[in-house]
Amino acid sequence: MKYVRAFFKNNGVQSLLSSILCVIIGVLLGYVALLIINAEGAWEAITHVMMNFFTWPEDGPFRLRYFAQTVVYTVPLLMCSLSILFSYKVGLFNIGASGQYMAGAGIAIYAAIAWQMPWYVCLLLAVAAGAVIGAISGALKAYCNVNEVISGIMLNWIILYSVNMLLSSDITKSPTAETYHILHKNPDAMLPTLGLEELVGGYQYFTIAVPIAILVAIAVSIILSKTKFGYELKATGNNKNAAKYCGMREKRNIIVTLCISGALAGLGAALFYLTDIKQWEVNASSVNAMGFNGIAAAFLGCLDPIGAIIASFFIQHITFGGGYIDLSVYSSQISSLISSIIIYLCGFVLFFKYCVNHLIDRSEERKKKREEAALAAEENEVGGDVK
Amino acid sequence: MILLTQYTLIFASILILVALGGCVSEHSGVINLGLEGIMVIGALGGALVMKYLPAGTSPFVIVILTMMAAIVAGTVYSSLLAVACINFKADQTIIGTALNLLGVAAATVAVKAINIAEDPNNTSSEIVYREGRQAFLTDIGGFELNVFMIIAFVVLIGIAVMLYKTRFGLRLMACGEHPQAADSVGINVYKMRWAGVLLSGALGGLGGIVYITAGVSQWMFENGVAGFGFLALAVMIFGQWKPKHIAWAALLFGFFRALGNVHSGFDFLKALDLPSGVYNMLPYAVSLIVLAFTSKRSRAPKAEGIPYDKGSR
Amino acid sequence: MEEQFAIEMLNITKVFPGIIANDNITLQLKKGEIHALLGENGAGKSTLMSVLFGLYQPEQGIIKKDGVEVKINNPNDANDLGIGMVHQHFKLVECFTVLDNIILGVEPNKYGFLQKSEARKKVLELSEKYGLHVDPDAYIEDITVGMQQRTEILKMLYRDNEILIFDEPTAVLTPQEIDELMQIMKNLAAEGKSILFISHKLNEIKAVADRCTVLRKGKYIGTVNTKDATIEELSAMMVGRNVNFHVEKTPAKPGDVVLEVEGLTVASKIHKNNAVKNVSFKVRAGEIVCIAGIDGNGQTELVYGITGLEPVKSGTVKLNGVDITKASIRKRSVSGMSHIPEDRHKHGLVLDYSLEDNLILQTYFKRDFTNAAGFLRRNNIREYANRLIEMYDIRSGQGPVTKARSMSGGNQQKAIVAREIDKNPDLLVAVQPTRGLDVGAIEYIHKQLINHRDQGHACLLVSLELDEVMDVPDRILVMYEGEIVGELDPKKTTQEELGLYMAGAKRDEVAE
Repeated sequence: MKYVRAFFKNNGVQSLLSSILCVIIGVLLGYVALLIINAEGAWEAITHVMMNFFTWPEDGPFRLRYFAQTVVYTVPLLMCSLSILFSYKVGLFNIGASGQYMAGAGIAIYAAIAWQMPWYVCLLLAVAAGAVIGAISGALKAYCNVNEVISGIMLNWIILYSVNMLLSSDITKSPTAETYHILHKNPDAMLPTLGLEELVGGYQYFTIAVPIAILVAIAVSIILSKTKFGYELKATGNNKNAAKYCGMREKRNIIVTLCISGALAGLGAALFYLTDIKQWEVNASSVNAMGFNGIAAAFLGCLDPIGAIIASFFIQHITFGGGYIDLSVYSSQISSLISSIIIYLCGFVLFFKYCVNHLIDRSEERKKKREEAALAAEENEVGGDVK
Repeated sequence: MILLTQYTLIFASILILVALGGCVSEHSGVINLGLEGIMVIGALGGALVMKYLPAGTSPFVIVILTMMAAIVAGTVYSSLLAVACINFKADQTIIGTALNLLGVAAATVAVKAINIAEDPNNTSSEIVYREGRQAFLTDIGGFELNVFMIIAFVVLIGIAVMLYKTRFGLRLMACGEHPQAADSVGINVYKMRWAGVLLSGALGGLGGIVYITAGVSQWMFENGVAGFGFLALAVMIFGQWKPKHIAWAALLFGFFRALGNVHSGFDFLKALDLPSGVYNMLPYAVSLIVLAFTSKRSRAPKAEGIPYDKGSR
Repeated sequence: MEEQFAIEMLNITKVFPGIIANDNITLQLKKGEIHALLGENGAGKSTLMSVLFGLYQPEQGIIKKDGVEVKINNPNDANDLGIGMVHQHFKLVECFTVLDNIILGVEPNKYGFLQKSEARKKVLELSEKYGLHVDPDAYIEDITVGMQQRTEILKMLYRDNEILIFDEPTAVLTPQEIDELMQIMKNLAAEGKSILFISHKLNEIKAVADRCTVLRKGKYIGTVNTKDATIEELSAMMVGRNVNFHVEKTPAKPGDVVLEVEGLTVASKIHKNNAVKNVSFKVRAGEIVCIAGIDGNGQTELVYGITGLEPVKSGTVKLNGVDITKASIRKRSVSGMSHIPEDRHKHGLVLDYSLEDNLILQTYFKRDFTNAAGFLRRNNIREYANRLIEMYDIRSGQGPVTKARSMSGGNQQKAIVAREIDKNPDLLVAVQPTRGLDVGAIEYIHKQLINHRDQGHACLLVSLELDEVMDVPDRILVMYEGEIVGELDPKKTTQEELGLYMAGAKRDEVAE
C-alpha cells in the first residue's frame, strides 16, 4: 500500500495518468459525437480514427509508407509544441506559434524558389523569421505590457496576409493557386534524406527533418532541466518578482524566450515545407492550425519535451485517422474535435492532481489513525492482523 | 461613402457587443479568451434557426428567434468556461483557447453532419440564410440599416447602466476587483462570476450571429470568425474596460475593418493599387499598434484571471 | 444570577490534517464589554474567528447568542446574528467610493437600481454619532489607512451589528491614530456594542479591554480581568515562558561609511507625488540603522531605490564610495549588497523551486554553481545547501529537495536570511525581517542581524514593529510622508516620542 501511494504521489506519474485520462475522455466524447451523427457506422469510424495507418494490411507497403507520412507531419507539430511548452515554462502563452510557423514557411519557400538558396540557408532564414516574429511579441510584452496572447493572434493574421502576398508573386505561385514544387524549381533546396527513406519503404519525404526534430526536443529538455539558462527561465515563469529581485533580467528573458519559441516554430515550418510534401496555398483565408494543435500536443505531453514527441505523434495520428473515416457520412474534423476536447480537459489537470493528492493524504491519515489505535490496543494481542 | 458608413457601423456593432461581453466577464474577474469560439457557436445557433424557419415567417419573428437562438447557444457554450475556470480553477488561457478551437471544430462537424444528412454529395460546412438575413435589414435611401446596429446601441446603454447604477453591477465589479471583500459581505463570488461569464457568452453569441450576417448570406463554419473575438478584446483593452470608451474604440476598429470590404469603391484608394491583403490585415495591424501605445497604462480589474478560492481568504 | 453574554463559544475544537488548531476553547463575550483575545501567531485566534463566521465547522463545541444555541454555516448567518468584523487586511474595493464599500452587500435598491441617497444619510448620521469622520464620496485608494479603517467600522455599524470584532486593528496605525481608535472602541462599548479585540499587543489590551482570553498553541489558557493582571503576567500566559524583551548586544563600533544616500527621490507607483522626497543618510560599517515609520510612508520605495528594484528619479546611492545609482540589481548584489525583502512570497522565494534552488537564487551564476558551458553543477549546489541548512537550522520535510512552498513561514524566512547573510555582504538591507514569525524565530533573526553587525558590516533595517525599532538598531531614522523627519538614539528615546515623529507631529531638520 505504501508503495502504491508513493507511486501515485510522484508528479511524473500523475502527469502521465492525467494525460491518458484526457485522451480516453476526449476519444470517448468524439465517439459520442459520431454516435449522434450516425450510430450505425460510429464504431467503425472511431476505430479508423484511432488506427490510422494500421488500417492498411501488415504485409503491404502502404502501412509503412503511411506511418512515415504521419511521422513527417509530426515533425512540424512537435516543433510547434516545443515552441509552446518552452514559452509556457516562463509563464508565457505563445499562441502566436502559428504566425511564427507561417513566417518560417513563407521565407523558406520564397528563399528556395525565388532566391534559389540551398536548403540550409532556407532553413536558417526560416528560423530567423520565426525568431523575429517571436521577438516582436516579446518586446511588446516586455516594453508595452501587451498581453502576448492578443499580440500573438493579431500577428497571426498579419503574417497570414503578408505571406500570402509574398508568395503570390509570379515567381513562386504556380497557376494552381499553390506555390511551385520546390523539386521542380530548385532541388538543392530540398532537405537531404541521407538514405533515411530506405527505412520506410522508400518514402521520399522522410528526410533528416525527423532526426533533427528529435535532437531539438532532447536539446530543449536539457536546456530546461540542466542549465543556468533553464534555471533562470523557470524562476521567471514561477515568480517573476523573485526573478527580478535576484537580478535576472526579466524583460530580456521574456524577449529571448519568445524569440527561441518563434525560432522553434519557424524551424518546424522549414523542416516541413522543404521536404516538398506540401505547397503553400496563397489564398488561404485562415491561420494555419499547426500552432494551435501544438498547444494540444504541448499540454497533452505534460509540458515535457520528450512527452511532446509522443503527444505530437498521437495528435497527428488521430488527425490522419480522421481521413480514413467514411466521409460521405462523417467529417474528418472529428479529429480536431477530439484534440480540442483534449486541450479543454488539460485545463483540469491541476485539479485532477489535487484530487489524487487529497485522496492519498486522506488514506495516509486513516492509516496513521489505525496505527495509533493499534498501538493503544497493542498490549492484548501480538502483531494485530494487517487488513 | 454610405457603404463605408454602413459597414463601419455594423462592424462596430459587433465589436461593441462582443467587447462588452469581454468587459462584463472581466469585471467579474474571469478573462474570457474564448469569445472567438463563443461567437462561432452563437452564429451556428442563429444560422440554424434561420435555416429551419419556414419560408414566409414574419421578419419580426425571425429577428427575435434568431437572436434568442444565438444568445442561448453562446450562453450555454460559455458555461464550459465558467465551470472550468470558476469551479475547477483551471487556467483561463488554456480553457479559452480550447473553447476557440472546440467552437470551430464542433460547428464544422455539426454543420457537415446536417448537410450530409440532407444531401450526401454536399460535404461543405456552409449554411445559407439569404431570406433570414433580409429580415434584419431596412433600406433607408440606399443605407441598409441593420436592426443589430440599434440593438448594439441599446445593449451599450443597458450594460453601462447595469455596471454603474444597479446592485448587480456594483457586486459584479466588487468580485473582479476584490473578491475577498465581496465574500466578506455575503456576496457569492462564484455565483457572480458565473453571471459575468454567462452574460459574456450571451453577448458573444449575439455578436457571432451579427458577424456572419454582416455582409454575406451564407457562411462556411470551417473559417470561424477570423480573430474577431480577439479584436473585440483589443477594443475592450483600448476602451479601458469602460462601456463608453469601448463604443468609441469599436467605431475606430470598425472603420478599419470596413475599409477591407469597400476599399475598391474609392477612387483614390484604387489609385494606390494596394493588394487586398493590405486591407485585410489593416484592423489587426491597427489594433496591435494601438495596444502597444495604450497597454502600458491600462487599468484592468485587479483580480481578473485569478481563480477565487474560498479557502484562502 | 446568570450573566448576560452576547456571544458564547463553548468548548470549540477544530482539527486540520496534522494539527489541532483549536483544542476545547471557550470564549464568552459579555454585553457591552471590550474583550481581548490574546495569543501569538498560530495560537488559533484566526481559526476561532473563522469558526464564529461559519467559514469552518468545528468538530466539537457550540455557539450561543444571547444564551440560545445558534448554527452558523456561513458569513451571512453571522451577519444576520449581528456579528461584524474589521479584518486585519481591509476588505475594501479600492476603486469604489467609501459609500459604495459601506453599502456593498446590503444595497438599498428599488427594482435592483441603487438608491444611494438614504444610505448616504444613514452613513453621515453614524459617522457623526461615533466620531468616525470620512468623506462618503472619496475613493478608497485616495484616503489614509486610518480613514479606511473607519470605513470598515462604518460598514459594521451600517449593518446594525451588535458584536464587533477587531482583528489586530492597530498594526497599521500611528500611535495617535491608535489612541483615537481606542476612544472609538470605548464609545462603541458605551453605546452597548460588544467588542472582541484580537491582538498581541499587551499595552493596548491593558489600556482598553475589560477582560482578556488567552490562547496558546491552539489551547485555552484562561480568561482574566485586565485590571487585575500585569503585563508580565499576560505575557507569560501568552508565550508560556518569560520572554527576554530586550535584545542582548554590545555598543556599536561604527567604522567607514558603507552606504551613502544623497537627495534620493523616488516616484510613487500609487499616486502622482513622489513616494521618497530628497532623502539623505549614511550607514556605517558595524552599525544597524533602522528606518522606522508607519506602513506606506515611503519605506518600501526607499528600499526599492537603494536595491534597484525601481529606478530613482534623482539623487545618488553610493556603496563603499562607488556610485551605484544606475547599476543593475545584479551589479549591486555582487558588489556587496544583500536584501532580505519585505514580502518573502512575492520577492524572496520561488515557491515551486526546491529549497536548494532557492538557496542559490543570488549566486547560481557563480562558477561554484554553473560551469563554463552554462550547466548547473548539481553536486556543489547540494553540498552548499546542506551546509546552510545545518548552519542556520532550516527545517523542512525532505531537506534540500523540499519545495519551498511546503515549508513553514519561519523556515522560509530562515532560508532567505541564510542566503543573504551567507553572501557576507558589506551592506545588509533587511525589510521587516520578522514579519509574521513567532517569538523564537524573531529572536533568532535579531541575533543574526547583530552578529552580522559585530563582524564589522553595515545593516539597514526597515521595521514597523515598535519593539523591534527600539531594541535592535543603534540609530533610528523616522520616515514620514517620504521624508526623514528625525534621527533618534534608541537608548535615549521613548516609544511615545518615536510615535510623535512617526505621526508627523514632531520633526527636526536632520543633518544627514
